Amino acid sequence: MSDAATRVPIQLTVNGRPRALEVAVHHTLLEVLRDDLALTGTKECCLVGECGACTVRLDGRIVDSCLVLAVEADGGEITTVEGLAPEGRLTRLQAAFLEKGGVQCGFCIPGQVMAADDLLRRNPHPTVPQVQEGLAGNLCRCACYVQIAEAVLAAAREEEA
Amino acid sequence: MSAVRVGASPQRVGGDARVSGRQQYVADIHVPDELHAKLVTVPVARARIRGIDASAALAVPGVRLVVTADDLPQPMPRFGPQFRDRPLIAVGETKYHGEPVAVVAADTKDVAEEGARLVRVDYEELPAIVTVAAALDPAAALVQDPALRPSDPFAGTNVLREHPVAWGDLEAAAATAALVVENVYTFPMVTHFAIEPHAFIAAPDGDGIVVWSSIQHPNWLQKTIAQLLDLPLARVRVFAPDPGGGFGGKQHAKYEPLVAFMALQAGRPVRLVLSLEETFQAVRRTAAEIRVRTGIRADGMLAFEDIEADYLIGAYADIADRVVGKGSYPACGPYRVPAARILARSILSHTVPSTAFRGFGNPQVNWAVESNLTEAALRLGIDPLDLRLRNLARRGEAFIPFDTPCDGDWEQAVRRAAELIGWGTPRPPGRGRGIAIGIKSGPTTGLSYSTVRLLADGSVIVYAGTSDMGQGARTVFAQIAGQELGAPLDAVTVVMGDTAVVPYDQQTSASRSTVLMGNAVLAACREVQAKLRAMAARLHGIDEADIVVDRGLVRLPDRELPIIEVLRPGLGRLGGELIGNGEMRKDAEPDHPLGGSAAFFEFNCTAVEAEVDEETGDVTLARYATVSDVGKAINPLQVRMQDEGAAIQGLGHTLMEHYIFDETGRIRNLGAIDYRIPTSMDLPLEIHSEIVENEDGPGPYGSKGMSEGALLCVAAAVAGAVRDATGVAIRDLPLTPERVWRALRERDRVRPGSLPAEEEMPR
Repeated sequence: MSDAATRVPIQLTVNGRPRALEVAVHHTLLEVLRDDLALTGTKECCLVGECGACTVRLDGRIVDSCLVLAVEADGGEITTVEGLAPEGRLTRLQAAFLEKGGVQCGFCIPGQVMAADDLLRRNPHPTVPQVQEGLAGNLCRCACYVQIAEAVLAAAREEEA
Repeated sequence: MSAVRVGASPQRVGGDARVSGRQQYVADIHVPDELHAKLVTVPVARARIRGIDASAALAVPGVRLVVTADDLPQPMPRFGPQFRDRPLIAVGETKYHGEPVAVVAADTKDVAEEGARLVRVDYEELPAIVTVAAALDPAAALVQDPALRPSDPFAGTNVLREHPVAWGDLEAAAATAALVVENVYTFPMVTHFAIEPHAFIAAPDGDGIVVWSSIQHPNWLQKTIAQLLDLPLARVRVFAPDPGGGFGGKQHAKYEPLVAFMALQAGRPVRLVLSLEETFQAVRRTAAEIRVRTGIRADGMLAFEDIEADYLIGAYADIADRVVGKGSYPACGPYRVPAARILARSILSHTVPSTAFRGFGNPQVNWAVESNLTEAALRLGIDPLDLRLRNLARRGEAFIPFDTPCDGDWEQAVRRAAELIGWGTPRPPGRGRGIAIGIKSGPTTGLSYSTVRLLADGSVIVYAGTSDMGQGARTVFAQIAGQELGAPLDAVTVVMGDTAVVPYDQQTSASRSTVLMGNAVLAACREVQAKLRAMAARLHGIDEADIVVDRGLVRLPDRELPIIEVLRPGLGRLGGELIGNGEMRKDAEPDHPLGGSAAFFEFNCTAVEAEVDEETGDVTLARYATVSDVGKAINPLQVRMQDEGAAIQGLGHTLMEHYIFDETGRIRNLGAIDYRIPTSMDLPLEIHSEIVENEDGPGPYGSKGMSEGALLCVAAAVAGAVRDATGVAIRDLPLTPERVWRALRERDRVRPGSLPAEEEMPR
């Protein structure tokens, strides 16, 4: 498994920055982001695509990065939570998560934010049920679900204003 | 940043890092030269280990260490917060599905996993005990080696301990009862499912050791490691980054001791990050079977409660026996009960060691006793709300005779919860309503220290050994210090999670931190204020007694100055700082059944309106109200988040969560696919959370502990609503669609075409 022969070169654009990497063929995009690129904002929990903690944007759609092999992402453009607010200023959505109390322990939040960001791109003015359905793949054991939905709606309203 | 502090809801301290991915949890931390560890387990519930062959694993390039019981000190070091019964790694026998028999450390995660696959374990499967009945069978195998507790009369049984509590004359009280309701209720095994799996790193550090852990109690872990390694406390440094959810599951040491021994053997740092499946095999809530006999007089007043609660704990005690004792102790609820007998037992089994989990043993008995109370009310023809109000203790009443009296106006919370779901108004067709009350004894002992430094520019550093695992302790302490010392929140830093730097704190549990650490922070601020008074007296030639420091202002007889205008000239050209230390202590009371009376009670009332799909058994919560008595909300938004979060977490064990075992005792639903927790699609259609604030708690500004309360009585409130809607009483959790559907079919079979018995009840 550690054999260099099982590593293949890939090209990714991560948060706008081109990256040339040699990755193990069996490694997931999640492993490459966290372990090879030290982008630890993307979180690891269930590894079976159920919890949503590892959600990232890949070529314009969100994926569970634990279910995507890094080699499958070759040539892809990836945005992680670190890339949402590159200048260190929070996006409206991120700020709304804090204003509305959508964050407790915070471990699921990078995935929640990525999923909510995608939801608002596809549906700029969602209803509460649409938010709840859209984020159903992101588990929060602190159960901030009500506040997260409020945050998404608040961000949508500000977007409109 | 706003100057409004206590009672306002400023944004979470540390929030920016959490929404931008910069917050570092243990698994995000890497130490140079670290080895990656992987646990080796056998796929059975219980096994005799005949031999372990690690040669193939050791032959893999990059595998540096394989540790089995034989590679550790003899006799095997054991640890545990109550009993030192848990070995670093299984010795001779595995006692639950997932107990490790070996661990591999390698240069990379991949190599560690490959090595773990190649460790050959020769084992013989043994019959496992996974139920209360099996554990109590006189012929049952003993889960624990009796040699571990030589002078214990229970050593020859699977009962770890009994916890009897009684008051009044049960027989005399029974004679006054017009109705006795007796039922057995069960509460399932559920797991914490923190989204952050537990993670541990240990590294040799000169002649000591440093440990990173997702632990809730860093100082307790420091003590455990120091004892096991025979090191002075000062040579054990524990870093405890904010946990990604704790809920009790991260209170006590799990694999930190093993990783520490490995790091010393390897002479290199060792990291172990559990998979979610491995966390299912590391922590769970205690399951329970509870028999309740409730006696009620004709006037609706309680005559007695007679409760036997058998809690199925795991193969090692962890803190579970304390969970049993403390959780069962307030089993009778916040009511005037003339006579009571409570007998709780902690029973060992070949299952994952159970530990603390939000509510700490109370939700189990609450489910049973509150459900029985509802049944008693219905059978007497009394409204369940009315029955509760008639019996509810009022302020100052000693409802548990030897404990802290009722410390709130609890009736307010009960009436408000009922009002929020329209209790007493006509029910929409097909819907039912339920109500229940939860109570929990707060911390019985405690010790928290804090240091507060007022720096030369007026900014503040607070040291507090609490773990901020999402409850928002960091924000609350910053609010307290900011208010007392006049600093805006963005000029207050709260330092936590490093035992080499932060003063001692006993633990982060029992909803204590706002009260106990909060008081320590407040005391430290008061000491700084005293120094400011002395400084102002010196600067202005005034008697100290004529000076008051309050909310960031120094009040002299003739004027008020901002603190900085005293501090700057007072410190002078060299600058410097003012340092205050605070201590909050709640000493043990040796004669008390719990070793100490309650620092406060957490009190909650939950009321639910539910609709049941008669065809599928699916339960929809149409209206949900949770009202907690919190004394004073230092941060109302965080209080709401805790209460709603606790409520939704409680819906997990109420409606969907449970471990499923096969006939041999293996867990069949490990992981997120087969074990479901509430998602955003599982919420009540309406959720109302409110608080009662009478500033009557022992914490800063009259606060009480909170955050567990709203979970305590979820199950009984929901089941009460299901019963009201369908006429069916279900006494086993969770109320899955299948279980509800089966109960409905059984109802129809027994009483074809008849209306549910309680359908006519006014409500």
